[in-house]
Amino acid sequence: MSVVTLTINDELVSAQAEQTLLEAIREQGIDLPTLCHMDGLSDKGGCRLCMVEMTNNNNRLVPACVTKVQEGQSIRTESDKLTNYRKMIIELLLSERNHICAVCVMNGHCELQNLAAHLGVNHVRYEYVVPDLPMDASHERFVQDHNRCILCMRCVRVCHEVEGAHNWDVMGRGVNSLVIADLNKPWGSSRSCTGCGKCVQVCPTGALSKKGSTVAEMVKHHDFLGWIMNGREKNIWEYR
Amino acid sequence: MNRPELQAMAEQELERQKKFRCRVMCCTSTACVSSGANSLYETLKPKLEKLKEDVEFVPTGCMGLCGRGPLMTVQLQGQEPVIYENVTPELALEILDKHILAHKPTPIKDKVLPNDWPFFTKQTRVVLANSGAVDPERLEDYVSRGGYSALAHALREMTPRDVCHELIDSGLRGRGGAGFPTGLKWNMVRKAAGDRKYVVANGDEGDPGAYMDRTLMESDPHRVLEGMAIAGYAVGAEQGYVYVRGEYPLAIKRLEKAIRAAERKGLLGSRVMESGFNFRIDIRIGAGAFVCGEETALMASIMGKRGQPVIRPPYPAESGLWGCPTLINNVETYGNITPIINQGAAWYSQIGTAKSKGTKIFALTGNVINSGLIEVPMGITLREIVFDIGGGMVPGRTYKAAQTGGPSGGCIPTEHLDTPVDYESLKALGSMMGSGGLIVMDNTTCMPNIAKFFMEFCMDESCGKCVPCRVGTMQMHRLLEHITNGSATEDDLKRLEELCLLVRDTSLCGLGNSSPNPILSTLRYFRHEYEAHIREHKCLAGECNITEVPVLELAEIKHKTVEVS
Repeated sequence: MSVVTLTINDELVSAQAEQTLLEAIREQGIDLPTLCHMDGLSDKGGCRLCMVEMTNNNNRLVPACVTKVQEGQSIRTESDKLTNYRKMIIELLLSERNHICAVCVMNGHCELQNLAAHLGVNHVRYEYVVPDLPMDASHERFVQDHNRCILCMRCVRVCHEVEGAHNWDVMGRGVNSLVIADLNKPWGSSRSCTGCGKCVQVCPTGALSKKGSTVAEMVKHHDFLGWIMNGREKNIWEYR
Repeated sequence: MNRPELQAMAEQELERQKKFRCRVMCCTSTACVSSGANSLYETLKPKLEKLKEDVEFVPTGCMGLCGRGPLMTVQLQGQEPVIYENVTPELALEILDKHILAHKPTPIKDKVLPNDWPFFTKQTRVVLANSGAVDPERLEDYVSRGGYSALAHALREMTPRDVCHELIDSGLRGRGGAGFPTGLKWNMVRKAAGDRKYVVANGDEGDPGAYMDRTLMESDPHRVLEGMAIAGYAVGAEQGYVYVRGEYPLAIKRLEKAIRAAERKGLLGSRVMESGFNFRIDIRIGAGAFVCGEETALMASIMGKRGQPVIRPPYPAESGLWGCPTLINNVETYGNITPIINQGAAWYSQIGTAKSKGTKIFALTGNVINSGLIEVPMGITLREIVFDIGGGMVPGRTYKAAQTGGPSGGCIPTEHLDTPVDYESLKALGSMMGSGGLIVMDNTTCMPNIAKFFMEFCMDESCGKCVPCRVGTMQMHRLLEHITNGSATEDDLKRLEELCLLVRDTSLCGLGNSSPNPILSTLRYFRHEYEAHIREHKCLAGECNITEVPVLELAEIKHKTVEVS
């Protein structure tokens, strides 16, 4: 595999030609916020938090997770503009649905909450939309809460790509999009769901959780995905 | 069918048409049908049955002046055609008696549109040359006007490379709005590796107030098909798709009919015109999403997936439908192919400006006197379009702005009326060519309200994949709503501008990137209107209904404010 050289934050680094910018950046130990990206799943490029500036191309913004590294590329991962944009995106997400941390099962472990704290989002400048959204507790082990969903589609992707069940999909469009089981059936009556719980584990917020967990009790283990992918590739299964 | 047979068909058809003393053409495009064109045919049919040998009644495509439909053209053998406006069934019978059948034909003066009118003389009809003159449902009519001769010529006398280079020389640029050089795109697909390639025509036209593609597909479907077949030959594809939005049933019906007629005669399908080239065309019908006009979303929709854009690169020219190199052009772009092949790149590049060649079809709508479909050479000034062709404003009102490019474009105010209409000049003004919608607004239009209208459209049509477009458009719409109802603050305006930049810079596809354009351009030219709404709670155009200024009554704060360090 060939190697390319590029500049990240004024430092020359080398990366493998097939890598994405995000991989190259993280390899350098640079922290770049993401929400829809997850190692082991295909990239969607939807949350727009990993936007970086291409300093060799008019400071154009590109999403790092879906952009391949290129020879001679020069990028910057931090600037006032980028920080402001990232904050605004988090604020937009918080205003979109009913993210009420104080009563959320994921309080304290939530990726959205952590990012907001990390980026210094201390208030939301936009009007809260407060949509009237349902919960689905029909599944025997899990609960889906549309109020906490940020439409990152990790659940849709993990179910399609890793589990191969394609229980989840999206209906509607724009702000009216909803993640649905089968053809908008109650999750409990879904015939494609295998009950594996992968979607629950990859969900960054409290939209999918284990039944019975109460405020701040839900902890998710994202690393299981790397373990599965590794096991499938090398056929080595180490149980922990 | 081979080339001599095509020639024979054309001659036979011309011979047949010569036998009639009179040709009566009635527009049967959606615009005229909605103002009653079908009832004309019903009225005239029994009368014309008796005159079958003498008078030919032809249902045609669009004649252009849609605002005054139904339109009817009467052409007596050896005379200039006469176009009638607002034809009612009663008027049609009167025309039949006094103009068509009388010994001394006398046109009914006050309903005739003068041929030397600027609406007609200022136009250059290249793509719409057949529109309004041929029966879109008869292949013979199209062939009699030189149809499919460009395909025959390309297949026999040109290599695929020649075709691409002819297009590069012509300077034709994509008519979907972005203006990418068509020849270069064809050449890229031609050179792309892969034994299977596709050709796609984008007929998913969704801008409010735009109907160029619909009219072209309804009025001259064979021209689009011929352009696609030439594209297929040039890039090495054997399968083409026309993606038409579901809201265009008449266009779908006529395209289907045209495809079947062409296949029956061997002009499409396997061994086109007895050459070694195979080309099939199928129709794909959209399900009503604006974002499917974006090429990657359109391809997803053709493949049966959810119509959502994906990130480019890879561009469709490298990896498109089912991972194969795919050529996607607008329907209007394909309409330009036959004249270029027939008359040559040198002829075509005479029309237009240095960087934008050829003609462009615009749907001229809004507060102008003559609204309709026009085709003008690139480089014509906006003033000529609005005041000469469009006939200006209703008496007593003044021009305020024109919106080009629909919800992705911007407005052009009075001081820029003399700007030539081409890709670069419009872009410099903060607007864009777009697919060709041109909405004219007069002094009774409130600009923040117009921005709100377009933002509502973008909000409804956002697919929801990326956050800035999904939530950003909604928040911008809310802020505009506050501005237009008089409850916004200065801070809201600042927030709105910030959001515009965020959505423009970080959205995933063109829909999001360009959705703030109406706000940005109205803020650029009409900022005082926004400020009047906010500071004086007044709508300068008198359109917004600000009846009562909401006053917040604060309860007396009794407890002390806690200081946060």
